Amino acid sequence: MSGNAQGGLLGWIDARFPLTRMWNEHVAEYYAPKNFNFWYFFGSLALLVLVNQIVTGIFLTMHYKPSAEEAFGSVEYIMRDVDWGWLIRYMHSTGASAFFIVIYLHMFRAMLYGSYQRPRELIWILGMLIYLVLMAEAFMGYVLPWGQMSYWGAQVIISLFGAIPFFGDELVTWIRGDYVIGDATLNRFFALHVIALPLVLLALVVAHILALHEVGSNNPDGVDIKQHKDKDGKPLDGIPFHPYYTVKDIFGVGVFLFLCALVIFFAPEMGGLFLEYPNFERADPLATPDHIAPVWYFTPFYAILRAVPNDLAGVVLMFAAVIVLFFLPWLDRSPVRSIRYRGWMYKTALTLFVISFVVLGYLGTQPAGGLYTLLAQVGTLIYFGFFLLMPFYTSWDKTKPVPDRVTG
Amino acid sequence: MSNEGVDTGRRRFLTRATVAVGGAGALAALYPFLASMAPSERAQAAGAPVEIDVSRLEPGERLTTEWRGRPVWVVRRSDEMLERLRTQEIRLRDPDSDRDQQPEYARNLYRSIREEFLVLVGICTHLGCSPLYRPDAPAPEIHEQWTGGFFCPCHGSYFDLAGRVYAGVPAQLNMAVPPHRYVGDTVLVVGEDEGEAA
Repeated sequence: MSGNAQGGLLGWIDARFPLTRMWNEHVAEYYAPKNFNFWYFFGSLALLVLVNQIVTGIFLTMHYKPSAEEAFGSVEYIMRDVDWGWLIRYMHSTGASAFFIVIYLHMFRAMLYGSYQRPRELIWILGMLIYLVLMAEAFMGYVLPWGQMSYWGAQVIISLFGAIPFFGDELVTWIRGDYVIGDATLNRFFALHVIALPLVLLALVVAHILALHEVGSNNPDGVDIKQHKDKDGKPLDGIPFHPYYTVKDIFGVGVFLFLCALVIFFAPEMGGLFLEYPNFERADPLATPDHIAPVWYFTPFYAILRAVPNDLAGVVLMFAAVIVLFFLPWLDRSPVRSIRYRGWMYKTALTLFVISFVVLGYLGTQPAGGLYTLLAQVGTLIYFGFFLLMPFYTSWDKTKPVPDRVTG
Repeated sequence: MSNEGVDTGRRRFLTRATVAVGGAGALAALYPFLASMAPSERAQAAGAPVEIDVSRLEPGERLTTEWRGRPVWVVRRSDEMLERLRTQEIRLRDPDSDRDQQPEYARNLYRSIREEFLVLVGICTHLGCSPLYRPDAPAPEIHEQWTGGFFCPCHGSYFDLAGRVYAGVPAQLNMAVPPHRYVGDTVLVVGEDEGEAA
């Protein structure tokens, strides 16, 4: 804070609440490296999508009925009879997929530039927790329209917990609140989706940003800008977040919203990827759709689940595929952060990892069997190989010298 | 504030005792909330038995009904289907129904009380999808040794015409046979054993 007591309303507030101090600490005087590139759009975009989900979600709850009898009808009602209901609903459903696109790119950025490395381990862990909560949030949200995919998707996912030895079956009954998926399940998923998980999500996001601002942002060169400061103690390679990055991010927001609008207005179902066709049919507990696939953002993990011809092992492997990400900061033994200064081993490994993730994602949308199962097994092997072999190849890899200052 | 003259041992004991008692209280307070998520009295009461008239089923035909909110199938197997069941050479994971997936009276080759009538909970034992009924055989597009049965489209599990699972598929268990009994020649009661006849 500048110290000179201001008058006026702002002065009155600042004497009672650290408004100016917080603004300066997190925005106006938060010095971020000056060399942020394309990959640095996705943090602020994630925040934007979160706000979109909350706002559109609030308006959807004004018309939605969380009961097995009425849910499907109330969503159709929103789509047909509520003024602009279709727009709000498509903004929400497209937002869900957009959230995962943005988050996956945001996570990939961290892997490109080693943003999870010391001292940013906790930022990464908090981010992973956000991702975990987001997956639960998206899954429960997908159940709410009570279409065929809602119902049978929930059936499959909840049954996963039945693979747990000893108390699996009891646990599944407790989660469902009934002997089958039904009204009780839908009602509690609604409660979790609109209250419990969003609260947790918001708290985690605040913690994620606070942790980031405590240690400062990484950058595409992976060098520490706090090593070189001017006489005022400002990093020489840093620029204030506002106005420099707020303006940059607003441009990113413009492009992003343009793309989102294209989807919302012209392809809200995205060919069955964002909203699957069987979900336009009311849930029928007596007839499974011919082909069940989760929404695209879960398909890599779903492919891993199906790659293993054993209940428990498949479930364990699927959860392990998410949990292993938490350990990234300790699996990576490289002395450098950024991919710019890493050797061919990490570059090859990361490329293979991305390919395996995308291929697994595709396989997860397709029926299982034959060649596809084999491919999924190879993909699973590469996926886990990337993480489990990381301590070895990152320490063997030949790195290039890292510059003292950021390179533009 | 000075800590002089403070009995730190006593203070530590009191702090820990307070935390322990408070923690136990908090845990106890958690219980009603967790318990509220279990199936309610109403949900438990909804599991009443179902009566089905099986006389109208043609050989080879399947009837789907609902018991405890789950699909229950009654398949009237034709003589030819029973013959296939006896002669098939498929590798099954549990051919003798050793695992507890049926009442004792259905632990036989046909997994049924009466040879021709198969009663099954129509849910795949892998992840709860409802398999498709494919009595036709051979059907190489499903499985090269297919002798008729049930095929789960979700994750590719196969079951024979007695609901027994093939070896090497995601599902580990045979499909469940619910408790059932016959009243007279034509009425099947699902959800009740001979022992607990009402």
